[in-house]
Amino acid sequence: MSTAALSPVPSPAAAPAPARPGRVRRSTSDAWTLALRVLLYYKHSPGLVGVSLAAPLTMLVVFGYVFGSAIQAPGGQDYRSYLIPGLFVLVAVNGVMPSMVGAARDLDRGMTDRLRTMPISRSAALLGQALADLLVSAVVLAAMVGVGLAVGWRVHDGLGRAAAGLALLLLLRFAMVWLGFFAGVLCGREEIAAQAGLLVFPIGMVSNVFVPTGGMPGWLRTIAEWNPVSTVAAACRSLFGDAVGPAPTSPWPLAHPVQATLGWCLLLLVVFAPLAVRRFSTHGR
Amino acid sequence: MSTASNSPPAIAANNLHKRFGKTRALRGVDLTVPAGTVCGLLGPNGAGKTTAVRILATLAAPDEGEARVAGLDVVRQADEVRRRIGFTGQHAALEEGVTGRENLLLLGRLHHLGGRAARRRADELLEQFELGEAADRLVRGYSGGMRRRLDLIASLITRPRVLFLDEPTTGLDPRSRNAIWETIRELTHDGITVLLTTQYLDEADQLADDIVLVDDGIVVASGTPQRLKETIGSRIEVTLADAEHLPAAARTLAEATGGEPVIDEDELRVAVVTATQQRSDVHSGAGSGGPGDAARAVTLPVLVRLLDAAGVDPLDVALRSPSLDEVFLQLTGAPA
Repeated sequence: MSTAALSPVPSPAAAPAPARPGRVRRSTSDAWTLALRVLLYYKHSPGLVGVSLAAPLTMLVVFGYVFGSAIQAPGGQDYRSYLIPGLFVLVAVNGVMPSMVGAARDLDRGMTDRLRTMPISRSAALLGQALADLLVSAVVLAAMVGVGLAVGWRVHDGLGRAAAGLALLLLLRFAMVWLGFFAGVLCGREEIAAQAGLLVFPIGMVSNVFVPTGGMPGWLRTIAEWNPVSTVAAACRSLFGDAVGPAPTSPWPLAHPVQATLGWCLLLLVVFAPLAVRRFSTHGR
Repeated sequence: MSTASNSPPAIAANNLHKRFGKTRALRGVDLTVPAGTVCGLLGPNGAGKTTAVRILATLAAPDEGEARVAGLDVVRQADEVRRRIGFTGQHAALEEGVTGRENLLLLGRLHHLGGRAARRRADELLEQFELGEAADRLVRGYSGGMRRRLDLIASLITRPRVLFLDEPTTGLDPRSRNAIWETIRELTHDGITVLLTTQYLDEADQLADDIVLVDDGIVVASGTPQRLKETIGSRIEVTLADAEHLPAAARTLAEATGGEPVIDEDELRVAVVTATQQRSDVHSGAGSGGPGDAARAVTLPVLVRLLDAAGVDPLDVALRSPSLDEVFLQLTGAPA
């Protein structure tokens, strides 16, 4: 009877580490912890929340009244009603910048390395931060809606469709955050990420956010009409009931903006979420 | 340390190779660190120290060779290794916008310690390493030394068995550096194995049981600090009153020892490292007395006579153990 000899001899160096909960519970807990990291950061920096709110709100008021005094919105509607859904989109798209800078900063300052030497789920680590960003964005969006209503913007097509529009904006933001994670790790350094993030502005400008595309020169008009930012803006305008309807010559994405927006968001997520996780777990490996 | 002899090493690396593009960061590194000891990985910038530590801490995969940490393969059992190690990189990897305590609690949660255990451990560490008062302040307001200390204890939240410290004191003022050294010494009392990289020879000398000298991706020497010093003999220093005697003194030293004297014109000093094996420090003359002086009748009187014959009147002639700087220079052909 030498059963003892048959059992594997544990390596004396491989002493037991603390017992571990199941995989799903672990991932959920890791994601929540990393979300908590972002939320604690905001908790200690009330000024940051203020600034996050101030920029889009200022944009809304300034552009709304400055441009609004000169620009004719299509169909003779109020310019601010035309502009506001576009600004919602712009703010969602701009979400790429903080996540780029954040990912690059974590890499730069060794936080990514520290997290990677810990037994945590890589996808959960990024998911947690993306969800925390989503929560903060929802607060910012709510404030923008409030100010929008105060300056005369209204939804005309029922609360259900309006809610769908807001959900679409949050989906876009969520997708942009993953693009940001990926691009941030690619940049590798905080300063580079901050500079690269500025490229978002021209992309936002060459669209139908501020002015209808109809008056643009042909080539620019083609770019603006195919710009996903225009597509999402058109989707929101349609869901909020402000839409005049697509021009008969519009390309497919503008003629079917909601479907096209869903397509864009899913594409971003399917491509960049795995890429971001992969980059995060193998950087410098 | 003595307990290590019959247990497997805490770190065992065999023939590690790593290439980044055209750079060959590691060209066959072997490393064995007995459990409960401190190993100092010493070398100039770009020697491959950080790459070696990154491989052992599961951050990078070797192109060739294998490594075991706590008995586990760093590539195939990476997640198991991660449960047993602590890692502190070159930068303080902390969340600046939250408090020191919250930083520790977040890391404790990521190690699945459970809320109460994490809180207790965080309190314990903050108290032990004298960060208790700063615990509830934002890390943004910490001094460089406090950040480093918090960063170090952040990797202790789970009581790791093997701790990797990549240049733990780079950029710190001497006082903070001493505090970190003290912290590292305290760790080893608990039986933790430490692998630290450093460019500072005195740091390795102070902390390490064994030093592994790395240059250009290979190990050029290893052993206790004492043995490394012994391998390259001793250093003779002649200090003069008069700058015009420097060339004559250098010539005399070169003839007497066969070495290449180095002239320090500011200090009016000529120094040479002899190839012979020397263990004791010897002095003659005034001024630079050191610990452990012992008579060495053969060389010094002869040297003094030779200098005298050359018309050189030295203020001080000293024979002492070489610094690790000189060991390094001798072995790698480059200053550290």
